[in-house]
Amino acid sequence: MSPILFELLLRSIWETVLMTAASGLISLVFGLPLGLALVATDRGGIAESLWVNRALGAVINGFRSVPFIILLVALIPVTRLIVGTSIGTWAAIVPLSIAATPYYARIAEVSLREVDHGLIEAARAMGGNRWTIIREVLVPEALPGIVAGFTVTLVTLIGASAMAGAIGAGGLGDLAIRYGYQRFETSVMIAVVIVLIILVCGIQWAGDRLVARLDRRA
Amino acid sequence: MNQHFTASVDTTDPTHGRPDPSRDVVRLLELKRRFGATAALDGVSLTVRKGEILGIIGRSGAGKSTLIRCLNGLERPDSGEVFIEGREISRLGERDLQPLRRRIGMIFQHFNLLSAKTVEDNVALPLKIEGRPKAERLARAAELLDLVGLSEKAKAYPASLSGGQKQRVGIARALAARPALLLSDEATSALDPETTRSILALLKDINRQLGLTILLITHEMEVIRSIADRVAVIDAGRIVEEGPVWSVFADPRSDITRSLLGAIRPQLPAELAARLAPAAGAETILRVDVAGEAARGPLLSDLAAIVPGPFRLVHGGIDHIQEQPVGTLFLSVPGSDARHLAEVITFLKSRQARVEVLGHVANPV
Repeated sequence: MSPILFELLLRSIWETVLMTAASGLISLVFGLPLGLALVATDRGGIAESLWVNRALGAVINGFRSVPFIILLVALIPVTRLIVGTSIGTWAAIVPLSIAATPYYARIAEVSLREVDHGLIEAARAMGGNRWTIIREVLVPEALPGIVAGFTVTLVTLIGASAMAGAIGAGGLGDLAIRYGYQRFETSVMIAVVIVLIILVCGIQWAGDRLVARLDRRA
Repeated sequence: MNQHFTASVDTTDPTHGRPDPSRDVVRLLELKRRFGATAALDGVSLTVRKGEILGIIGRSGAGKSTLIRCLNGLERPDSGEVFIEGREISRLGERDLQPLRRRIGMIFQHFNLLSAKTVEDNVALPLKIEGRPKAERLARAAELLDLVGLSEKAKAYPASLSGGQKQRVGIARALAARPALLLSDEATSALDPETTRSILALLKDINRQLGLTILLITHEMEVIRSIADRVAVIDAGRIVEEGPVWSVFADPRSDITRSLLGAIRPQLPAELAARLAPAAGAETILRVDVAGEAARGPLLSDLAAIVPGPFRLVHGGIDHIQEQPVGTLFLSVPGSDARHLAEVITFLKSRQARVEVLGHVANPV
């Protein structure tokens, strides 16, 4: 591999890491409250409101049913509004975040829903309000699942960021298509695949370690 | 039915006399709650007095859980009134219920400890909810863990504890905010008999030491027998029987109470019961129930001295519940002499015993 290609590889790694980390963080910040809202407003939840629950569910399903490559293009006006441009790594973070947030909200919802209802009842019996229940019961008890779900989301984002090359965001996927596939640079293709494997394994390993540390249930 | 027991039930049953509001921690009036077609509570009136342990017993589905949850507003009655320390709470909003719930501790069948928090943080949680400073919370948690005998587990997580230890933590947590009332929702139902005994002893201790009023629900008469002062039997959403534990045990009025008492009540040995026949035989077997004053007197020696003729004690004994003697004796009287039998029964009844002719056996036992 030539020094120029190597430099290109390094830049692509950085772009992929940047896209994944930034949109992962954003999906965490927005997805977790959304997941909480889904659980809280559902039947028997701590802030039951079926109307809100259905509306939220419909919006989330709507975003989740659009293929990412379509979302990437369809969100161009929104991206331009937020970032000022519709091209480049930062521009890709907007559609990535918008796709990952509802995805992560659903994953967080599953973990939060598994918290034993008896624990919520115990907190209510102690005189706790909704905020107490969220802060002392729901989130801490669901934390292993919340972290494991975040790991899954990050890995999914690495895959999705490959498509972001379509709007000139660069990244490892883009490098693999343009050099590895279209220019028959097999060494680039192999290098990209190895880096991706290392990235995915690293994230999964770190996530699993963290979950094991957080999980006090057994 | 016998006058003696009726009188003792009435004098101690506050719903039959005029209630003294200053002594009542809980007063329920005509509580009703339906779930679809079934009435979980169908007009329950009940009083829990300061410092007592009231046990509510019933089969599963009898309405116990709904009842106990009405006391801290986890469940809302359709109609009726719930007074906690003189204040009607059944129509309070969630925000107004929160300070009230801090006056009421609750322990659960499945303990409901937070797995992500250490034992001491679990115990301190009610104080955190009250907004107390951390130093005070930890000091109080240490004090309570000492009370329940788990000081060395303060930094452990609940998953590493046994069932009995978990319930001790649950009790410590329920006491953290110095409640006026402790609700116990089948707190020993998930525990083995030995652990159950130790948890009940702890609750009784707390009741005596701190003067804490306790309302517990259970489906086990053993629980009622070992710690309750009074018992209320609930069936199909109604209180069918209520009174001091010893008197309900001595003289259960309803079929449901009798069936809940089951094996706790003395029974004729099975091989003897199998030989009982309705037709007259060589011997007649009597079941004699005595309690309170009646059981303190020299009943059998008086019977022998006053009524001439033989009788034999075939089974039975005197038990003590709440320091009251409660006994069941099975007597065998020769069946050939009907007058002698009638005299025996008349004498026993004159001594406030309840007598039931169980049947006859062909050959002497």
